Amino acid sequence: MTDDQTFLSVRGLSVRFRTEDGPVQAVENLSFDLTRGTTLGIVGESGSGKSVTSLSVLGLHDPARTTVEGSIMLDGTELVGASEAVLRGLRGRRMAMVFQDALTALSPYYSVGEQIAETYRRHTGGGRSRSRARAVELLGRVGIPSPERRVDDYPHQFSGGMRQRVMIAMALTCDPELLIADEPTTALDVTVQAQILELLAGLQAEFGTSIVLITHDLGVIAGCADDVLVMYAGRCVEHGPVEEVLTRPQHPYTAGLLRSVPRIRSDVDQPLLPVPGNPPSLLGGLPPGCSFRPRCDSPGLVGSGACGTERPELSGPDGHRAACHLTREQRGALTDLLPLTEI
Amino acid sequence: MTTPLLEAVGLTKHFPVRGTGVLPWGRGPRPVLRAVDGIDLTIRAGESLGVVGESGCGKSTAGRLLTRLLEPTSGVLRYRGEEITHASRKQLAPIRSEIQMVFQDPYASLNPRQTVGAIISTPMEVHGLQPAGGRRARVGELLETVGLNPEHYNRFPHEFSGGQRQRIGIARALALEPRIIVADEPVSALDVSIQAQVVNLMQGLQRELGIAFVFIAHDLAVVRHFSQRVMVMYLGAVVESGSREQLYGSPRHPYTKALLSAVPEPDPRPAARAAAAAGQVRLTGDVPSPVDPPSGCRFRTRCPKAQDLCALERPELRELTDGQLAACHFPEEPSG
Repeated sequence: MTDDQTFLSVRGLSVRFRTEDGPVQAVENLSFDLTRGTTLGIVGESGSGKSVTSLSVLGLHDPARTTVEGSIMLDGTELVGASEAVLRGLRGRRMAMVFQDALTALSPYYSVGEQIAETYRRHTGGGRSRSRARAVELLGRVGIPSPERRVDDYPHQFSGGMRQRVMIAMALTCDPELLIADEPTTALDVTVQAQILELLAGLQAEFGTSIVLITHDLGVIAGCADDVLVMYAGRCVEHGPVEEVLTRPQHPYTAGLLRSVPRIRSDVDQPLLPVPGNPPSLLGGLPPGCSFRPRCDSPGLVGSGACGTERPELSGPDGHRAACHLTREQRGALTDLLPLTEI
Repeated sequence: MTTPLLEAVGLTKHFPVRGTGVLPWGRGPRPVLRAVDGIDLTIRAGESLGVVGESGCGKSTAGRLLTRLLEPTSGVLRYRGEEITHASRKQLAPIRSEIQMVFQDPYASLNPRQTVGAIISTPMEVHGLQPAGGRRARVGELLETVGLNPEHYNRFPHEFSGGQRQRIGIARALALEPRIIVADEPVSALDVSIQAQVVNLMQGLQRELGIAFVFIAHDLAVVRHFSQRVMVMYLGAVVESGSREQLYGSPRHPYTKALLSAVPEPDPRPAARAAAAAGQVRLTGDVPSPVDPPSGCRFRTRCPKAQDLCALERPELRELTDGQLAACHFPEEPSG
């Protein structure tokens, strides 16, 4: 199903780490496609493997401790097992990353202009004055007021939201076709978050950038993503168009997340419905069967044989698939419990 | 009307700012960071008050003033009618057991070298409490109250997940049977599916044990679920306060309105998105520095409705409708 509109294609991606406490299967058999100019949202809780996935795309894992299997195709180029030289040629130019914490991701010793200019020089071999002009241009593009003046400021002289803009400017240095944003707004206040998300959407509309947006916030996903991939314990549990997944979830975990999120416009006298239990530890491997089973409260299903023994495969119609043993009718019932307001 | 449990009038905390150079602050008066700049509030027994605002608005400092972990610069703080604004450690000792705190970071707020049993029983030791049946039995009870297994007495914090650790922190706060718990961002470090568990737990404690809660958070949706009354802070001052229904149903301060409209709702239906976009109030820029707040209304630099008057005169917090107060020269029309 890969056609030339697919920019990033991941097939059977598995990532394993060796740690002091034993092996960790951080991502298992993950597959997805990202169409050019669209946004894929990856949602999951801490430890679900969403950040590991993005780091594997960029090839940023320590090869001595990490085993990456499967295939990651970026516009026809295989990234799994690619040499550092190949990856270096792609990073920055064709794909770039925006990290969560701009204060840690930027160097405190160099002005933001120098940091952007260095990226530009490294990738294009451009001269000093040209790369500085580029830095000013980029800072202006991401909405930093009076960029000619701010280009010589250091990261600590910017506010949190402005720093995040600097990070985005740096990622845009060589006009990458793919932007991976890992929790780009988590550290920001809501009013500033709205500005940053609008900026990303604007860049996508103007330059046709493909975006992978990693977040734990379903509200951000609802506002920005075209497709959603829900991860749990290193596996994809649900994948489909955003409106489908968030209004007709087919997996009890997605439905549970949607029910547990407090909303601004819902019946406030209803107590929140948390997902019971805690996320599993990935150390030492997961038990057989469905990894969500210990926390699953789907009526009539808990304890049925298949959930405990057989790992559910992704299945479902029209590109909206879920990894669950529930029948189609049972999955349909998940929707009824959602706190969607009448509109 | 009965005496409120906790009452603050014009509560203020200024922190001195360290500058650089030989004469860092020049010739003028030494600059101060106005973290909390004159807030009034009352907390009655058993009620839940939410305090919301963006980072740097002074909500955490306010929480630390209310628990008297910090001493106010000026203003008055009364606990059950008794003034404790500048009370000494000794004078505070009996009150400390009645005002407890739950912290944001469940990793940093528990001693990694103490067992859960020791963590929860230490406050009882410090205050010389001898509960009937012994401290150990009481710890078991408390663990059960917060939904943990009493057999976990001898375990260490690292053996628990974030949500469970926050439950331990809550059990510790409950150990002294407080009348008020000030919870500073108690769920913001937790995963989405766990947040609701902890919110429900605290709500149950508030209802069943009659403990008053001050719930400090940046997440407006969580506060809405938890609090009967809500206070919105901006740059050290209260800009609006009222009942939950008033504040979320008909915000009167432009900042509250903007804050509410910026919360992304997990509803991707086109109609819902269009409705959200229609009500959207976009704020530009960032929160100004609390060292040098704008003249007049502090929100004027980001306010879409700001006029000349706003720069000249600081708006007082005044009652607009029954129980709903806002500090704005040009408040929003009440809706619905």
